[in-house]
Parts: sequence; C-alpha cells; structure tokens
Amino acid sequence: MADYKPTEMMTIAAARMLKNDDICFVGIGQPSAACNLARLTHAPDITLIYESGTLATKPTVLPLSIGDGELCDTALTTVSVPEMFRYWLQGGRIKVGFLGGAQIDKFANLNTTVVGPYDKPKVRLPGGGGAPEIATSCGEIFIIMAQGKRSFVDKLDFVTSIGHVAGGDSRQKLGVKTKGPTKLITDLAIFAPDAQTKEMTVVSIHPGVTREQIQENTGWPVKFAASVDETPVPTAKELDVLRELHARTNRAHAAA
Amino acid sequence: MARITTLSEAIAGAVHDGDTVALEGFTHLIPHAACHEIIRQGRKDLTLVRMTPDLVYDQMIGMGCVKKLVFSWGGNPGVGSLHRFRDAVENGWPHKLEIEEHSHAAMANAYEAGASGLPCAIFRGYIGGDLPKVNAKIKRVTCPFTGEELAAIPSHRPDVAVIHAQRADRAGNVMIEGVLGVQKEAVLASKRSVVTVEEIVDELPERSLNAVVLPHWTVGHVVEVPGGAFPSYAQGYYPRNNSFYKAWDDIAKDRDSFHAWMKTNVLDKGPDTFAQYARKHKAAAE
Repeated sequence: MADYKPTEMMTIAAARMLKNDDICFVGIGQPSAACNLARLTHAPDITLIYESGTLATKPTVLPLSIGDGELCDTALTTVSVPEMFRYWLQGGRIKVGFLGGAQIDKFANLNTTVVGPYDKPKVRLPGGGGAPEIATSCGEIFIIMAQGKRSFVDKLDFVTSIGHVAGGDSRQKLGVKTKGPTKLITDLAIFAPDAQTKEMTVVSIHPGVTREQIQENTGWPVKFAASVDETPVPTAKELDVLRELHARTNRAHAAA
Repeated sequence: MARITTLSEAIAGAVHDGDTVALEGFTHLIPHAACHEIIRQGRKDLTLVRMTPDLVYDQMIGMGCVKKLVFSWGGNPGVGSLHRFRDAVENGWPHKLEIEEHSHAAMANAYEAGASGLPCAIFRGYIGGDLPKVNAKIKRVTCPFTGEELAAIPSHRPDVAVIHAQRADRAGNVMIEGVLGVQKEAVLASKRSVVTVEEIVDELPERSLNAVVLPHWTVGHVVEVPGGAFPSYAQGYYPRNNSFYKAWDDIAKDRDSFHAWMKTNVLDKGPDTFAQYARKHKAAAE
C-alpha cells in the first residue's frame, strides 16, 4: 500500500467525484486542490470557475487567493463579479459547487460566520462570501472537510449556508429546486444523504479507518449505510500529481 | 470631471470624517496606497463598504478609522483571519465596530443597483440561512409576475469610491484589465471617486475593444501611484505578493507589532514608497 496522509486521501477522494464534463464553482483551499487534481488527472476538460470572475481557468499552481493573476492568465475569459453572481451562478449555469466550512451538522448545513453568539462571538470567522447563494444555485454541492468534534457538530452556532436544512423535504419546502449536498468527503470517509431523511450517512470508509474513529470525530450519532464500501487507496499517479501540484504551489508562493 | 492631482490632495478633497467609503478591488488592484493616505490623514468614523475587507480594512480598523463595516467576507485569503478585524468584533479594540454583513451575491447586486440608479437590489438569495436574522436590511419581495419570493437589500450609494487601475490618459479616462471585481460599479454608484493608477499615459495603449474604461466625466480625482496596489497586484505590472499576505498574519496578530509596523511603513512614509515595490517586482519578473 502506498504511504499517504489522511488529507491526501481526502483530496484524492474528492477529486474522483468530479467528471470531465462538469462545470464547477471552486472555493479556495481544499476544494481548489481537489478540483485541480481532477483536471490534472482524469478530468482534463472540466470547467473550473472561481468567484473572482475567471471562467474555465487552468492554473498551473494553486491560487492562494480567489483572484490570483494565475487564474486570470489561464482563463478562457474573465467577467465582472456582478456578472459572475447574476448570469453564471444565479442563472443556473453551474453544475457543481465545491464548498468547505468551519462547522457542519448532520444535514450538511454549514457555518463559516461565528463560533459562539453572533453579537458576542468567541471566534469571528471570515463569513459567508459566496457560499449562501452557491449552496442554493448550483445543481449540486460537494463538501470537503477534515473531521473533528469541534467542526462536525450537533448544532451549528450559525447557519451561513444551507444543506438539507432540517432533513426530509425541508429544503424543497423553502422553494429551493437544486439538490444540495450530495457528497461530503472527509479525511476518514465519504458521506451521502439518506434518500428519505437526508441525513449525511457514511457510504465509504477510507482504508485503515474504523467506524469507531469516525464516530469519535463526529458530534452526532453517525449513521452508516446498509452497504459501506472501502474507498480505493490513492494510486501512485494521483499521489504524484497532487504532491507535485503542492510543491509547485509552495515554490511559487515563496518566490512571489 | 476627472482632475489629475496628488494622493494627499485627492484624499483630502474626497474622503471626509463620517463618510461612507468603498475601497474596492477583488484580490486584484486593491488600493493600498490610498488606504495608507486615508490613515495618515487620520480620518475617523468611516463606514467602510467592501466585499472582501482584506488587509486594507484590517489596517484602517486597527488604526481606529472605522465606525461601521459593510462586508461579505472578512479574511486574509488563503491564510486565515484578519486579526485587527477580529480584535474589534471580539474585544471592541480599539473601539466597538458595527457590522452589516451580507453575502457576495448581495454585495455585488447592491453595487450594480447603485450604479444603475436603483433604490434596491433584487436577486434570488439568502434562502434558509441565518444572515437575514442578524441583518435587518435583508428583506423579501414578491415578484409581481410569477409570485416568486426574492431577496431585496438597499443599493450601495457610497459617498466616495476608491479604486486602483492600470492606466489613465491625461484627460482622466481610466482603463482596467484582468480581474474586474466591482470597481466600475463602485465608481458609478458613488458621489465622488479617487482612482490611483500605475501610470498616466499620453494615449491608452492598444487594447481589446471591450477593455473596461471609465470615461473621464465619471471619475473624480486621478492620481499616478506606481505600485499603489502592492502587496495586491496589477495585472501586467507586478504579481500578488503572496508572501507578504502570509507575513501579515504575524504582524497583525499582536496589537504592538501591528502599531510598530504601521508607524514604520505607513505613518512615517508617503505614497512614493510604493514605487519601489513595483520596480523591484517588475525587475524580478523580467
């Protein structure tokens, strides 16, 4: 078995979810690494869109910010930010939105706003940015987040962007027609919503990880699907491409 | 009507205590030199509007220039927190900061509505989350034709917009290329504007037929400040200085080290200090 880190397994498992014909709205950080890994391996024609207005961008290194020059230099075209949010996102042109967050609950609602009360926060986080509308306007949502009791919580301190709200048909009842979170990829497992309850349920466990470990790192009683797969180990090619991408990125960011 | 002037005259003439000010630039072309001049001139009680507060607002908040912040994402992109912003919200230092928080879609729509002369922005958004519970300006309206419920917020109509661009000509026509953000909308939505540019040229260079140009009669003060976006970037001039964004995390974490940095690099300096960054990075790129 290849030697790899849990975060590498997470990024690789997330990249595998993307298809060559996807049109994907990319968040910075982990989502950006996964989307570009997909583009550099099995999905060379994937359309990656960043909220800075860069459409169909092919960066050779990962951007540190959402609007690095690298994204604009390698894009098919760059539109203004109002156009990005009005025509492209709200217009329903984007198939997959890729998000991360500080806190997630069992229905994949996300908090990136505050830890503690809003008016007197213990930790003031950056806030929603594009997420509130990405969560409802993209055809479906993939979420990538490392697991831990402080981030996988029973109750969010603040709902920045919705997932399956309170489960069942509660998302549809708000008038939202898009699917919401269909995949949650962590450093331990892959979750997908239960068909009826919409609770995020473990469908695949990464090699060497136990059910107990998943439960220990989750703030609610975890449900496992009737049949749970083992996530295939990273291939040598996936690991090489990912590590080379990170090495290129680190060199570029240190130089600039 | 555009007036080509110096940075200190432009800020003195356009930005007053108590104003609502939008410094815009979405990662690209962030007007750092103009921000520093506002701090040097000691402006107070500002309401700052900006999608991504970034380092410029961290600096103004930490220096006590700001009464209220209207924003949608307040972090150091790819690095983490804005420590001065957090200290103000979490601990009221250097004083209490009012916040009016939106999503990016809302902010972009509000600038566009302001530029369009409309009183409010209408869009499909803010569904199900908690932001409408903490921001009274987020309302719902019903489409009179389809019955669909949509979000509405007031348009942005700042007193003054401050942006950085690549070039202006001697009449003050401004050309912007690359990641465009909401700069055009911010200028057209505001009563007054300050535009710093990398260079003022006799004639705008050969360009794509649709390169964004703000005609001279839509802008106020135009100032040549080479390097004026550093450590942000100016496409075609110098790259984003990602290592400075990482270094800012340590500088801003502590109140004393923040003040020491601001004194050495802002209060004791002038706008011409930015030219060295532009030159150095241009040389490095060649």
